[in-house]
Amino acid sequence: MAGIRYIADPEEHVRAVELDGLSVLFHERSGMTHIVAAPAPEILGALREGPADAQELLRRLSARFAFEGEEAEAAIHARLGELEAAGLVRRA
Amino acid sequence: MRHSLSIQIGPVAFRIGSAWRAPLDALARLYAAYPAPRDGICDFTVRLEPEKPWRRHFRPSVAIKGDYILPDAAPLSLAHGLLAAEMGMNLQMALGQKQYLLLHASSVEKDGRALIMTGESGAGKSTLAALLGERGWRLLGDEFALLDLDSGELLPFPRAVSLKNGAIRALEAEVEPDRFGPRLEGTPKGEIRHMRPNDEALARMGERARPALILFPRFGEAEAVRGVGAAETFMRFTQASTNYVTLGARGFEALNRLIAGSPALAIDYPDSDSAVAMVEGFWRELAA
Repeated sequence: MAGIRYIADPEEHVRAVELDGLSVLFHERSGMTHIVAAPAPEILGALREGPADAQELLRRLSARFAFEGEEAEAAIHARLGELEAAGLVRRA
Repeated sequence: MRHSLSIQIGPVAFRIGSAWRAPLDALARLYAAYPAPRDGICDFTVRLEPEKPWRRHFRPSVAIKGDYILPDAAPLSLAHGLLAAEMGMNLQMALGQKQYLLLHASSVEKDGRALIMTGESGAGKSTLAALLGERGWRLLGDEFALLDLDSGELLPFPRAVSLKNGAIRALEAEVEPDRFGPRLEGTPKGEIRHMRPNDEALARMGERARPALILFPRFGEAEAVRGVGAAETFMRFTQASTNYVTLGARGFEALNRLIAGSPALAIDYPDSDSAVAMVEGFWRELAA
């Protein structure tokens, strides 16, 4: 069963700077600055390939990172909820 | 307005108008050595008006007005008219400045490079900057640091230093008496006395400086130092800036550049002398 599908703004609209292993993001659409930790930047990167639900996102991420199992899916759900609340991802 | 005064402070020209003469006389004495606005045009206007028309004479209290206003700026007693003028100038800068990234921080310069100090009210950033300004450094400003959005340099904004409570005695011990304004007692922030920066700070108010070090001082603890990571520094400065959000992407880029170029330290200090010694030590290490 397909879950909720999310999209993220393209890279050129979210300026990102790496500081101390964290990412500081300036989101042009809202004018807001966010400080996020992994795996949030990885999730945003994977969503830029196209809209995806949590399962699809997990497939994309596991292809590049050691990122598997039931706990990983729960973590992705939680992070997507936070990123949606912050306005960095939205429902497709 | 019945009375008015225009002054140039660093890159900013103010016009202060007042329904009463006394606060402007005090302000004119405090800012005696400052130039008039370069082209006669003022960036910000501050108006000191009676809270209600009939209160100009009867128990007068001062309401601060200007181009940018906060609805709840509290009226002050006329005895604190000088403080009202100073607060009005701060308010206009905080709400209206769009040309520079405005950081609620003090700053001093040595060898063309600047030290920026920020922290909550009472942390000692203002006192420390004032003391350094009397001990071989050039005071750039005790309240606001103006960061140029394009060059990343700091612009001096050497307003009169606002000394509170214990800091008043500390500076009275080393500064000529004619540089002080009247002692203002019983203000919302306790006892306040303004101090004019020294001649060097005023003569060089057009000379910029490149940021080199960021300090987060905290007064009242045993001496301690810890490095502050770039992400935490970034977050602290977004909170310490009054116009970061307004400036959008330009503010983000300017802040990034500042943080990339300047290490940041949090310091605890028990008294001003040990803080000055710590600062001198960091500066030597930085130059080495």
